[in-house]
Amino acid sequence: MEMFWQFVRTFLCGGILCLIGQILIDKTNLTPAKILTLYVVSGVVLGAVGIYEPIVKWGGSGATVPLTGFGYALAQEVKIAVASDGFLGAMTGGITAAAGGITAAIFFGWLTALIFSPRDKG
Amino acid sequence: MENKKTGAQTFVLCNPPSISGHANVVGEKEGQGPLKNSFDVISIDDTFGERSWEKAEVEMQKQALTMALTKAKQTPSILDFLFAGDLLNQCISAGYAARNTGIPFFGLYGACSTMGESLSLAALLLDGGFGEWGAAVTSSHFCSAERQYRAPLEYGGQRTPTSQWTATAAGAVVLAKNGEGPYVTHVTPGCIRDKGIKDANNMGAAMAWAAYDTISQHLKDTNRSTSYYDLIITGDLGKLGMEIVIDLFAEDGIDITPNYTDCGVLLFDLKEQDVHCGASGCGCSASVLTGYLLNGMRAGQWNNILFCTTGALHSPTALGQGESIPGICHAVAISTCK
Repeated sequence: MEMFWQFVRTFLCGGILCLIGQILIDKTNLTPAKILTLYVVSGVVLGAVGIYEPIVKWGGSGATVPLTGFGYALAQEVKIAVASDGFLGAMTGGITAAAGGITAAIFFGWLTALIFSPRDKG
Repeated sequence: MENKKTGAQTFVLCNPPSISGHANVVGEKEGQGPLKNSFDVISIDDTFGERSWEKAEVEMQKQALTMALTKAKQTPSILDFLFAGDLLNQCISAGYAARNTGIPFFGLYGACSTMGESLSLAALLLDGGFGEWGAAVTSSHFCSAERQYRAPLEYGGQRTPTSQWTATAAGAVVLAKNGEGPYVTHVTPGCIRDKGIKDANNMGAAMAWAAYDTISQHLKDTNRSTSYYDLIITGDLGKLGMEIVIDLFAEDGIDITPNYTDCGVLLFDLKEQDVHCGASGCGCSASVLTGYLLNGMRAGQWNNILFCTTGALHSPTALGQGESIPGICHAVAISTCK
């Protein structure tokens, strides 16, 4: 039963983050690229000030998979890297945290391009 | 020399050229819309058998011009000049389609107003006696336009409520100095209007003021009222832009609604086909003109129409630098009698 509620919380958390994005697309003239950047930066800021961590604990993947989670991961890893390497950690921590995600994006993007052809959205 | 200009902006064609042939080619989605019976070719394959969307658009222009010439019972060698344009950088659809045709070529960029612009210039040259035959061709393709103006299809971006759907369509008109109607009788080139709108997903609103300006200037120059025309039709203002034009005329005490419509609203079923505010792209007005409008005039449905193509003259680079969207509208009066 605990697993069921975890799914519900994940769904709600991810859903709310997507809902905010949808409202930004519909009600403002922000482009998708700007919203994407806004989400990542928000994740960094919320992660840095410690607000995002409780959200991750509550929502699990619903908080870590959306772009805010990517920003949060950057901030967390920078903290750890600074603690171990000093100032240099501010430069290396973010990229270390993002390495898995970036590599996966490139690899799966390439794999998808290999298999599928784009079509119009009709 | 006879004076061929009336009022501030309108050219009167004393020897109105005849629209001798017209044809269009559209994609699958357009072919499922309300105007499906007015298209010459509906392709079920939006690649038109080519390896890229840009090459597909070239093929569409070629097919449209060939069919328009066939309908006019002529061959490419008869043409004294060709005006053509599209939405892509360096107007490659037009340039590559005209490659190897041996037709003297003018490439145009008027964004979505290109059909009106090319038709105007071709008609003016014929009226001026610079040849016997001319043609105007315009195209747009949803997939190449997405890459040009927004993001490649693979990006899978969301569409906003005010966005419009770039038509996959090409239209061609073959004009003759002498021949039977319909005729191009007046041309009112528009001035650029910029109301400071910066949202590339709200181009209908950005172009609406230009449309209002050109239409009201045309009516003033020709001393005609809106009721003179059986139909006044704008290019691709969509639902929102059309409402703005209606409101602007209402402020002047003119009810334009009885004989006013927009190609972007006609091309798709706005609800069923999920295109938000309607169609856009220079293929939109081109395919509606070369099918629904000119077929309708030949069938006696309308005798006088004012065809007003609208364009948004921005680029993603300019908008990225914080610029607003300049709008333009060119009006062409087409009549079944001289």
